[in-house]
Amino acid sequence: MERAGGSRRLSIPSTQVLEEQAQESDDLTDSEESIYSGLEDSGSDSSTEEEEAEDQGNGDEGTLKGSSLSKKAQAGVASQKKEQGQCQSLEAESMPSAQQDLPRRDEYEEDTSDEEDVRNTVGNIPMEWYQDYPHVGYDLDGKRIYKPIRTKDELDKFLDKMENPDYWRTVQDKLTGVDVRLTDEQVELVQRLQKGQFGDVHLNPYEPAVDFFSSQVMIHPVTNRPADKRSFIPSLLEKEKVSKLVHAIKMGWIKPRKPKEDTPSYYDLWAQEDPNSILGRHKMHVPAPKLRLPGHEESYNPPPEYLLSEEEKLAWAQQEAAERKLNFLPQQYRCLRAVPAYARFIHERFERCLDLYLCPRQRKMRVNVDPEDLIPKLPKPRDLQPFPTTQALVYCGHTGLVRCLSISPSGQWLVSGSDDGTVRFWEVSSARCMKTLPVEGVVKSIAWNPNPAVCLVAVAVEQSVLLVNPGLGDKLLYGATDQLIEAYKPPEEERLQPVTWAVAAGAEHSRGVRLIIRHGKPVKQVTWHPRGDYLASVLADDSHTQVLIHQASKRWSQSPFRRSKGQVQCVLFHPLRPFFFVATQRYVRLYNLLKQELAKKLLTNCKWVSSMAIHPAGDNLICGSYDSKLAWFDLDLSTKPYRVLRHHKKALRSVAFHKHYPLFASGSDDGSVIVCHGMVYNDLLQNPLIVPVKVLKGHAPTRDLGVLDVLFHPTQPWLFSSGADATIRLFA
Amino acid sequence: MGGLEKKKYERGSATNYITRNKARKKLQLSLADFRRLCILKGIYPHEPKHKKKVNKGSTAARTFYLLKDIKFLLHEPIVNKFREYKVFVRKLRKAYGKSEWNTVERLKDNKPSYKLDHIIKERYPTFIDALRDLDDALSMCFLFATFPRTGKCHVQTIQLCRRLTVEFLNYIIASRSLRKVFLSIKGIYYQAEVLGQPITWIAPYAFAHDHPTDVDYRVMATFTEFYTTLLGFVNFRLYQSLNLHYPPKIEGQAEAEWKPEEGQMYAMDSESYMEKLSALSASLTRVVAPNPEDEVQVDEFPVDGESAEQEVARKKEQEAVEKQKKLFEGLRFFLNREVPREPIAFIIRCFGGSVSWDKSVCIGATYDVRDPTITHQIVDRPSLEKQVIGRYYLQPQWVFDSVNAKMCLPVADYFPGVLLPPHLSPFVSEKDGDYIPPEKLKLLALQRGENPAEESGEEEEEDSGDDDDEGSEKEGDGKLKKLEEQRSQGKKLPVKVSAGTVRLEDKQRAAQEEQSEEKRLAIMMMKKREKYLYQKIMFGKKRKVREATRLAEKRKAHDAATKSEKKTKKVRRE
Repeated sequence: MERAGGSRRLSIPSTQVLEEQAQESDDLTDSEESIYSGLEDSGSDSSTEEEEAEDQGNGDEGTLKGSSLSKKAQAGVASQKKEQGQCQSLEAESMPSAQQDLPRRDEYEEDTSDEEDVRNTVGNIPMEWYQDYPHVGYDLDGKRIYKPIRTKDELDKFLDKMENPDYWRTVQDKLTGVDVRLTDEQVELVQRLQKGQFGDVHLNPYEPAVDFFSSQVMIHPVTNRPADKRSFIPSLLEKEKVSKLVHAIKMGWIKPRKPKEDTPSYYDLWAQEDPNSILGRHKMHVPAPKLRLPGHEESYNPPPEYLLSEEEKLAWAQQEAAERKLNFLPQQYRCLRAVPAYARFIHERFERCLDLYLCPRQRKMRVNVDPEDLIPKLPKPRDLQPFPTTQALVYCGHTGLVRCLSISPSGQWLVSGSDDGTVRFWEVSSARCMKTLPVEGVVKSIAWNPNPAVCLVAVAVEQSVLLVNPGLGDKLLYGATDQLIEAYKPPEEERLQPVTWAVAAGAEHSRGVRLIIRHGKPVKQVTWHPRGDYLASVLADDSHTQVLIHQASKRWSQSPFRRSKGQVQCVLFHPLRPFFFVATQRYVRLYNLLKQELAKKLLTNCKWVSSMAIHPAGDNLICGSYDSKLAWFDLDLSTKPYRVLRHHKKALRSVAFHKHYPLFASGSDDGSVIVCHGMVYNDLLQNPLIVPVKVLKGHAPTRDLGVLDVLFHPTQPWLFSSGADATIRLFA
Repeated sequence: MGGLEKKKYERGSATNYITRNKARKKLQLSLADFRRLCILKGIYPHEPKHKKKVNKGSTAARTFYLLKDIKFLLHEPIVNKFREYKVFVRKLRKAYGKSEWNTVERLKDNKPSYKLDHIIKERYPTFIDALRDLDDALSMCFLFATFPRTGKCHVQTIQLCRRLTVEFLNYIIASRSLRKVFLSIKGIYYQAEVLGQPITWIAPYAFAHDHPTDVDYRVMATFTEFYTTLLGFVNFRLYQSLNLHYPPKIEGQAEAEWKPEEGQMYAMDSESYMEKLSALSASLTRVVAPNPEDEVQVDEFPVDGESAEQEVARKKEQEAVEKQKKLFEGLRFFLNREVPREPIAFIIRCFGGSVSWDKSVCIGATYDVRDPTITHQIVDRPSLEKQVIGRYYLQPQWVFDSVNAKMCLPVADYFPGVLLPPHLSPFVSEKDGDYIPPEKLKLLALQRGENPAEESGEEEEEDSGDDDDEGSEKEGDGKLKKLEEQRSQGKKLPVKVSAGTVRLEDKQRAAQEEQSEEKRLAIMMMKKREKYLYQKIMFGKKRKVREATRLAEKRKAHDAATKSEKKTKKVRRE
């Protein structure tokens, strides 16, 4: 109890003290009991629970604790002598004697017992419970203690504050509801506590310290106690322990510690080595590669060519460390003495360490081949002659790009169609333009009748196909053709046709145009059947009527397909059998004309087929495509290409086979014509042999277009090519 | 149909690999311990062939270890030692915290330690395997031996590294197996041939290190821990193979004599012995004294499938090696103070020369500067005040170049203060098509027995003569032109007839062109994959050629520049 009080004296919050003191001063005239009873309760409010329990046991004792707050209060306490002994003994336990002297001396000095007891026996309860009542509790007789009549409103309070000089030292006692004016001593105490000083004025916190237990040994002992007996006689316990240790040492149970060997000892580790043991190693073990050995450039005095020039040094400095070919800058020192330490030596060793334990390893198969072995062994082009090798003639005359070419079956005449709206007939051997036929539009396609007995050229212009008699060569021959056309008798019953046949008259007739087949839509391509009676035309259309087959002798047309299978790029008649090839963007379909059914569908592996040509034997087909591929199909072998050649750099525009020689050619937008030897054997088991033999260059690429059409001479190993530069060239 | 459904990633390559974190969890080790274990056991990550398959469909970057490797680590005794060590550290820290100094002492006495012997045996089942992997070990030990005795790692490690490297150097001297040396800007490369295995190592120049901060010395220390053990065992075995004492003993004197004389306080006994050993000037004692008569001529059997030419070449090579071993035999060298003593003494001793130095430089000097028998004195200063007649004063590069050339090179180029010829790397073997520096060509000619010095002199003379001729020709041309002009001015004709030129058909060139076109056409017919490969190979070849021509051009330009400089100097002098 006392200990708690003592501690409170130092640690009590200042406001609490303020209240207590206020109450004290207010009830100065009352009996001492009454004051202390009040204090006691208020004190117990702030103190610990334990203290509270004790309070109830001996209530009066609490007064003592209160007494330590001020001298005056302590004087009051002193009157109750019966508790005194008890409290002193308690005090002795907790307080240093020096501190205790002061209160003890003052104890009976101001012994007044004329204070009235107005002890409030309401107990340790929150006082706000009495907020709504006129009283604040009960006195010892059980009568109500009334609150002082308070009629003070805010104004009164303010006036009070203004007028009352003691307002600042007036506090309200919560327990009794009375305003208490603090005495000077109490105010001083509060101020001292607020400053953090001791509450007691007489306490000197800076008393000189007496160092009893110093290093200096005094002649007089601090205590006068004589030494124990046990300090003179040997310890039995120790003796027992020592004897045990001695015994253990005698028996060899305890040995002195061996000095540690820190130098490692080596021996012949590989005395019995077993070369076959791979122990933990497995097949997947990848030994670390050794570091690259240094080259001349790492020398301290390298040959001058290994030193970097200024630009190279700059480039080196700008490169990422990982990208650099050398991880150091070659330097030259004139003598060994001048060589400094290499700053990155530790770094490089450390990087090697990291590589050894952190770098994932993988076995890489090094291809060790002679690049010459990779080149396929092909027969020499020299052995595959004849083939066109040099440019022999240039046919000049067209003003627009020359889109299409065709040659007469005899090989004497060449016909070309151009964007300048003319069809020109040339003599092959002299490069003379024999005839010019103006037409009303761009000539998309042109085809000379393959029948040598008929002298007729089909020209696709805009929406019509013109059948032109060139009037060249044997007069008998072209006269016979004219007679053949005139001998036509219209059938009795008019048949419904997809096109209209018209006979040219007047100026057109005089120019050579004999028949006009008017299609409703622009014509893309026209091609003759090898016999020379039928011709097929392709329209720029998506409907099922985009392919039409016409019979010239009967002036009769028909649409062979009932349904469209995509945009048709080009069509082709089989040279020997009644087959008809139709190339759409990606596929080539082969129709049997007799059976009227689809015989085969070839997958070209190309994005967009541009042209198509068939081997004169009829078993092999080549397809050129705009994605610069050339696909060779062996029709007996598979529907997939036997070979895909990617020789050209740009889109292929046309492909052609030679009639007699094993040659085929492809013309492309890159301005080159590649002639290949394409031998087809009669033996079915032997695959065709394809050897590129010549790259012919001559056409200048114009507006991203190079060679537009290629054509072989029917009998000679000559090649015609027409280009976007408005020329036709003959390679022989 | 039927049967159990096959689950993905439960067979095949996915089960052969394990990621690093999983491996760590399986071994119950911290990352640091795992790394240490990997370093000691030589376990490294593998790059799977199909990373996505192994990674179970994910493309996240992970390191993979082989599952077999990790399983192999599972029953490794060192793992337990690691755990014990962890416990030890914990106990020690606790004892320190409680200030229980007795406990600390006791714990420190019982500090768990491990040995790496079994790991060495496991990683290198045969001695040859160990030799093959010695490069990194040596380089690391040579580096650690030069570290300061404070700071970066334990002093014992540094001392051990020093001891082991000195022992190794002594072995190389005793076996005379050094083959190539190279002064690079990074350090000095040495290549020795030990039991037929080429061993290359690099030693830094003897300067204090500027220790970088971004290097993890713990990793290096772990590697060194392994490498020192390896090198120790290898040294033991190597010494044994030469019948030398291990630890090495210096020949001739009893140990007592090596002790410092009275009043001459030098250092501690153990240290002085070590220093004498590291002076590399004395040879080592053998267990059994070698008897020259014992050396039996080894019969040689022709290797199968070896043609006579090859055999002859092999014999020649062997002879050259034997000759190289005795390169400096009978020569007495003296090293000046400014010359790096250890590398040069090592090299000279490796080739049978005797070497000494100033007493103040190092212990173990055998003779004085004034010794009249000295044949070569190695100096590295621009000029010498006092020169003794009867010995060559040479720069250190001569020793290195002579070793690489396998012959004593002419000394004229290496006199003090002379501009040294370039120092070439002996590790480069040029194939045809590669650029060969002219110095190397000269050296090759020298080795063949020709004397290129005279030729080059003649060439130079010729060159100068040519220059003169050219000059006169030019002058002559100019005169002729002037004359012609004068003449033509005299009679001006409006018509000009130019003589037709005969078009010569260069048959050779035509044939070449034809061939190249043939090739081009054939390349067109290649399959896609082969074409890709072919183009890649050709690209590499072209790059090589480009590099070679670049170097050649650079050299040409440099030579021209130096020549013109010389000329101007000459002119000025005149």
